[in-house]
Amino acid sequence: MSSLRIFIPRDAGAIAVGADETVAALEQAAAKRNATIEIVRTGSRGLYWLEPMVEVATPKGRVAFGPVKEADAASVLDAILKDGPHALRQGLTEEIPWLKRQTRLTFARCGIIDPRSIDDYRAHDGYKGLERALTLTSDAILADVTTSGLRGRGGAGFPTGIKWKTVAQTSAGQKYIVCNADEGDSGTFADRMIMEGDPFVVIEGMTIAGIAVGATKGYVYIRSEYPHAIEAMNAAIAAGRRAGYLGSGVCGSKHAFDLEVRVGAGAYVCGEETSLLESLEGRRGIVRAKPPLPAHKGLFGKPTVINNVLSFAAIPFILAGGAKAYADYGMGRSRGTMPIQLAGNVKYGGLFETAFGITLGELIDNVGGGTRTGRPVRAVQVGGPLGAYFPRALFDTPFDYEAFAARDGLIGHAGVVVFDDTVDMAKQARFAMEFCAIESCGKCTPCRIGSIRGVETIDRIRAGERVEQNLAVVEDLCNTMKFGSLCALGGFTPYPVMSALTHFREDFGPAPTSLQAAE
Amino acid sequence: MSVYESWDAQRGAEIIAENSHVEGATLVILHALQEAFGYVPEAAIPMVAEALNLSRAEVHGTFTFYHDFRRKPAGKHVLKLCRAEACQAAGGDAVAARAEAKLGIKLGNTTADERVTLEPIYCLGLCATAPSAMLDGRVIGMLDEARVDALIAEAQQ
Ligand SMILES: Cc1cc2nc3c(=O)[nH]c(=O)nc-3n(C[C@H](O)[C@H](O)[C@H](O)COP(=O)(O)O)c2cc1C
Ligand code: SF4
Repeated sequence: MSSLRIFIPRDAGAIAVGADETVAALEQAAAKRNATIEIVRTGSRGLYWLEPMVEVATPKGRVAFGPVKEADAASVLDAILKDGPHALRQGLTEEIPWLKRQTRLTFARCGIIDPRSIDDYRAHDGYKGLERALTLTSDAILADVTTSGLRGRGGAGFPTGIKWKTVAQTSAGQKYIVCNADEGDSGTFADRMIMEGDPFVVIEGMTIAGIAVGATKGYVYIRSEYPHAIEAMNAAIAAGRRAGYLGSGVCGSKHAFDLEVRVGAGAYVCGEETSLLESLEGRRGIVRAKPPLPAHKGLFGKPTVINNVLSFAAIPFILAGGAKAYADYGMGRSRGTMPIQLAGNVKYGGLFETAFGITLGELIDNVGGGTRTGRPVRAVQVGGPLGAYFPRALFDTPFDYEAFAARDGLIGHAGVVVFDDTVDMAKQARFAMEFCAIESCGKCTPCRIGSIRGVETIDRIRAGERVEQNLAVVEDLCNTMKFGSLCALGGFTPYPVMSALTHFREDFGPAPTSLQAAE
Repeated sequence: MSVYESWDAQRGAEIIAENSHVEGATLVILHALQEAFGYVPEAAIPMVAEALNLSRAEVHGTFTFYHDFRRKPAGKHVLKLCRAEACQAAGGDAVAARAEAKLGIKLGNTTADERVTLEPIYCLGLCATAPSAMLDGRVIGMLDEARVDALIAEAQQ
């Protein structure tokens, strides 16, 4: 009898809610029943309210059960063995509406393949992009990246094709490819998921970048908070070397390309590209002034492509002949798909990859199902700690770089954090300032000192001290930070602060009476 | 719980030598030292500087810039609670308050018996199953009071 193939994620998010315990319990239950099962540890499908999710291969496709806690493992196994009903049975995974309505280009394989197996990756269209890239000229590769309309997924949304072209045009002997896997924004976990669930797609994207711009060495800078991702990337790099996809002759070609993982040390600012380069060079993560751009003088002073994990992960699809298809998704100047992350107090949280253009309201109410607590949604922070808080009134905003900017917000790395009506927005504004103070690299005064003054002033406001005057101080501080900071840590902290103030003024104490206003 | 070696200059020198050939080695070495000893002993700083041909001030500057590196050993167990926005939205404040009350210390401190170090962390990337924590490298999501109590009991053992 052939053994049953059962799939359970090794994703950190699944492990955090008990996936390892579920695996052990399933193995025990199988031994007791004399059933032969083969458990494959995959990435996560990103439906986190169903984690730990257990899938079983059937002739019709994979059938999902979830959330399968340790205590449910035996009964789930019985249902699998008898093909019988079970309260946790979700039907065919691909038919689960939350998954079915997505457009998974970057995350096409995540949760399906064994992230430790390069053969599995190849069996699911892996390395098709690299194989084609190896038949193209550098210009043709760059043309594909430009045609796709891909903009950097790390936050700033800079066109990837232009960045690569700039590096390709330099004539240095040594160039570098750097993958920014610092993913510090709260509410984001897409980089982590793809590194844990489909690490070869990141490696393939970086290899294509190396070939396009003439770089032979790459670094993946991963934050230390991600031990599972570090392990997955290291394992994949080793497997890539063994299979000849990395090393002196990539796939037997004349191109050399190799990769190394470097681990961060708990500094949020090191996600900023020049701070990251400083850190990679072994120094304090102090932001560099630009110019020179990293594309001209980057790592160790050499021309460097630095991109977010998801930017690299989008490349294999684009190079496998999908440039035009990629660009056909999206709206305006935001082309392709975005792996959106629904987080915080949300009922159906997880990874939702979809074409740009979906509205915030659709995301929160329809996809996310509102709050986990069941209370009304009051505020949503999009784009991490430097992103604005939006009220319900702005839920018609489409997911698009320019549409968010027009409303004094940003998409950033597409993390969406949902808050219910118990949130105190003055407290959130204070936290934004506090976080900036904790994480500031210290180079500019408005960021280093302004944020501390911001915390103190918001404390006074919350204590009811001279509210109007102190609000004016906060606004003034925000302006100074916005215009007097070198990087977006100091420069964008005003977004969460001012949006809280603008849209949730009532949380900052009573509005002035006419008498006070005349003071 | 991790078991660390106690500081030994010769062992330190070995670790430094093993890692000093890579480009921009400072962080790599500091991580390796902390992994071995549980912290970066003061005495190691000039050794790193010498191996990399850097000034002592440069290595010290790097060492102090990053939140991860410790000047002295942590408690036997390290409990990190995520204090970033996604966890705040999902009840993280109450979880942190509960942990502080149970352990009788504020975040950023170690209990008097040196059993537990309680630290804030800004995002573990487990934001769809918030609030989250990490106990000695193990990740835990969907924290509520009962789970926090269990974690603390485990750490205090
Ligand atoms: C304070 C700060 C933190 C940042 N953190 C990250 C990060 O964690 N990951 C990331 O990819 N980009 C981050 N960025 C953006 C990078 O500076 C840079 O724009 C990005 O790595 C470029 O890659 P992309 O074009 O593929 O987006 C951050 C920027 C700032 C100012
Ligand atoms: S804005 Fe803040 S983090 Fe950015 S360079 Fe200036 S001091 Fe450093």
